[in-house]
Amino acid sequence: MNTELVGSITQIVLMIVLAYPLGMYIAKVYKGEKTWLDFMAPVERFIFRLCGIDPNVEMSWKSFLKALLTINLFWFFWGVLLLYFQQYLPLNPDGNAGQSSHLSFNTCISFMVNCNLQHYSGESGLTYFTQLFVIMLFQFITAATGMAALAGVFKAMASKTTQTIGNFWNLLMKSCTRILLPLALIVGCILIVEGTPMGFDGKMKLTTLEGTEQMVSQGPAAAIIPIKQLGTNGGGYFGVNSSHPLENPTYLTNMVECWAILVLPMAMVFALGFYLKRKKLAYSIFGVMLFAYLASVAINTHYETKGNPMISAMGIDQRAGAMEGKETRLGAAATALWSCTTTVTSNGSVNGMHDSTMPLSGMMEMLNMQINTWFGGVGVGFMNYYAFLIIAVFISGLMVGRTPEFLGKKVEAREMKIATIVALAHPFVILIGTAVACYYWVYNPAFVEAEGGWLNNPGFHGFSEMLYEYTSSSANNGSGFEGLGDNTYFWNFTTGLALIISRYLPIVGQVAIAGLLAQKKYIPESAGTLKTDTATFAVMTFSVIFIVAALSFFPALTLGPIAEYFSIYR
Amino acid sequence: MISTLFKSFKLTVAFCILFSVCYIFILWIFAQVAGPNKGNADVVELNGKIVGAANVGQTFTQDIYFWGRPSCAGDGYDASSSGGSNKGPSNEEYLAEVESRIDTFLVHHPYLKRGEVPAEMVTASGSGLDPDISPKAAYVQVQRVAAARGLSPEKVMALVSANTEGSLLGLFGPEKVNVLKLNVALEKAAMNK
Repeated sequence: MNTELVGSITQIVLMIVLAYPLGMYIAKVYKGEKTWLDFMAPVERFIFRLCGIDPNVEMSWKSFLKALLTINLFWFFWGVLLLYFQQYLPLNPDGNAGQSSHLSFNTCISFMVNCNLQHYSGESGLTYFTQLFVIMLFQFITAATGMAALAGVFKAMASKTTQTIGNFWNLLMKSCTRILLPLALIVGCILIVEGTPMGFDGKMKLTTLEGTEQMVSQGPAAAIIPIKQLGTNGGGYFGVNSSHPLENPTYLTNMVECWAILVLPMAMVFALGFYLKRKKLAYSIFGVMLFAYLASVAINTHYETKGNPMISAMGIDQRAGAMEGKETRLGAAATALWSCTTTVTSNGSVNGMHDSTMPLSGMMEMLNMQINTWFGGVGVGFMNYYAFLIIAVFISGLMVGRTPEFLGKKVEAREMKIATIVALAHPFVILIGTAVACYYWVYNPAFVEAEGGWLNNPGFHGFSEMLYEYTSSSANNGSGFEGLGDNTYFWNFTTGLALIISRYLPIVGQVAIAGLLAQKKYIPESAGTLKTDTATFAVMTFSVIFIVAALSFFPALTLGPIAEYFSIYR
Repeated sequence: MISTLFKSFKLTVAFCILFSVCYIFILWIFAQVAGPNKGNADVVELNGKIVGAANVGQTFTQDIYFWGRPSCAGDGYDASSSGGSNKGPSNEEYLAEVESRIDTFLVHHPYLKRGEVPAEMVTASGSGLDPDISPKAAYVQVQRVAAARGLSPEKVMALVSANTEGSLLGLFGPEKVNVLKLNVALEKAAMNK
C-alpha cells in the first residue's frame, strides 16, 4: 500500500482513538466535575465578576436562548464596525483597506454563525487587527456558542423532568477555557515548530533566485489556524486556506490540522454517551456517522487518486492523481480525505481547490453538507442529528405501533412540528437560493455581467458552483467552489441571509425541542418502549436522514455533478 | 435585553483580552524561541544573501534551473495573492491550456516521450505557491538542466537525490523535492565546478 493511503488511514485512526478520551473529558467539564484544568477557575470567576454575571443561575430554555441570541446580536455590530473601519485601526502594516458595506455584512455574519464563508482574500481583505479581534475571536466564541447550546441539550436530555437546562454564560466560558483554548495552544505550537509564521512584521520583501521581486504575506497565522480547525470554523488566514504552504507547510501539519477538524465533533458524540450514561446510544450514533463519513472518503479518494480522465486521454503520466488545485507535499489522497472531513463537519477549510475536484468528489462534498448531520459542526452538528432522531423515533413509533418516546419522554405534535421545520429549512434555503441565482443568470444576463459574470466554468460545472455556494452557506460550512466570483452585492447579501436562517433557526428549534421534552413527565422504560440504541434503530435513523435530506437534493445534483460526470467519463 | 447587551459587551472585551492578547502573546513568545525564523517565514540563503522563503515557491523559467509547477497566484507565484485556477475538470478552455502546457514542456525537454510528462508539471497547484515537485518531476528535467549548466547528468541527478525529502517517518505522505533548495544546491555545485 502506498504512503499516501497509509497517511490517510492513520489520520482517521488518530481521530477516533483520541476523540474517545476527549469525549470523556468534555462530559466531565459540562457536568462540572473535577478536571486537571481547574486552575482556570479563578480566571473564569474573575471575568464573571467583572462582567456582573452569575454563572450559577440555572436558566430555562427560553432565557438560555435569549442570552445566546443577545450576545450574538452584539457580536454582529462589533464585527461589522471593526471590519468596515479596519484601515483606521492599528496593526495594519500592509496598509489594507476597509471592507465595503456588503462585504463586511457578509464577512461578519459568516464568522458570527461559525460558517467562515470568505468572499475576500485574507492577505488583502483583512488587517492583523481584524484577523485577531474579529476573525480569531469569533472563531473561539462562536464555536463555544454551539458547544454551549449542545451542553444545554445534554443537560435537558439527561434530567428526568426539569425546567432548566444550565447556565449559558457558564457553558460558553467553559467551552472556551477548558476545551478550545488548551487544544488550540497545543496545535499552535506544533505549527510554529513546523514553520507556520507567527509574527507582526508585515510582508517580507525578497529577491528571488532569478532576480525578480517577491512579496511574501505572513503574520500571526499560527494562532488562527488551530482554532479555525478545532472550532469547525474553517476561515483561512491566507486566501487559499490550508493549501497555502505557510498555513500548512508539511505533511505533519496537514495530519494535525485534518485531525483537528474532526476530533471535537467526534468527541461530542462520545461525550453524549458519558454525560447521559448511555454509551450504547452514543456508539450507535457514532457508527452511523462514521459509516457515512468513510463511504464519502472512499469515493473521493478513488476519484482523486485516479486522476482526471480528460487529462489521461492526453497521454501523459497522471499517476500522482488529479493534481490541478492540489499540492505536491500533501498529495491527492490527503486532499480527498480533507475534502470529506471538512464537509461532514461544518468546517469548510480546504487543502486543495474543491472547484477542481472530479465531478463525483464534488458531489460527495455537496452531499455531506446537504445532509449536514454526520458529525457536523462542534455542538450544532449533533443537534442536527438530534432533530432527525426525533423524526426517526416518531416514524418508527408509528410503524411498529408504539408510543414514540425518546429517553423516557413522549414525542408529540409540537416537537415534531419543530423538528420538521428544522429539517426542511435546509433544503428550502439551498434550492430556492440556487433557483434564484439561476433565474438571474438566465433572464438577466446584464445584471450578472455587471457583477463580473459570477461563474468561472461553463456548463454543468458552472451550475455546481452556484449550488455549492448556497449549500456551503446553508450548512454553515464556508468552503466553496472558489471560482465563483462571489464578492458582489448579490452573493454577499443572499448568502448572508442564508447563513443567518440556517444557523439560528436550527439552534433555536433544537434547544426548544430539548427544553420542551425536558419539561415533560419522565416515563420509565418498559417492554413497550422503542429501543433507540440498537443497530436496527441506527439503520432506521440513517434511512430517515438519507430519504429526507439526500433525496431532496438529487434532482439538483443530477443537473450539476452527475451530468458533468457523464460528460467526461465516456 | 439592554442589561444583557451590556454584559455581552463586557464579556466580549474579556474574551478579547483572553484570546486576542494572552493566547497570541504565548504563541508569539513560543515562536520567538522555537520557530524556524523567529515567527517569520523560514528563508533560504545563497552566499549569505536571502534568495527566497523556504516554503514559498517562486517562478523559474531559465533552462539552468529546475522548474516548479504552473501557478495561478497573481501573475504567477505572487506570494501576496495566493490562488488556484479553480478550473473544473470538464472545462474545455482549461483542457486546451493543459494541452498547450504539455507541448511547451516537450519543446524544452525534447528527449521525453509524451507519456513521461508528469501531470503535476502541467496542472496548477492549489495555492499557486507550491514550493515542491515530485522526485519524478525533477528526474525528467535533469538532462535539460545538466546540458544548460555544462554539468554531468549524474552529478545533477545526485543533487536531486540529495534534495529529495522522504515521506514523514518513511510512512506517511508523498516524497517531494523543494525546487528552491534544489536550485540553490545547483548554484553551489556550479560555482565549485
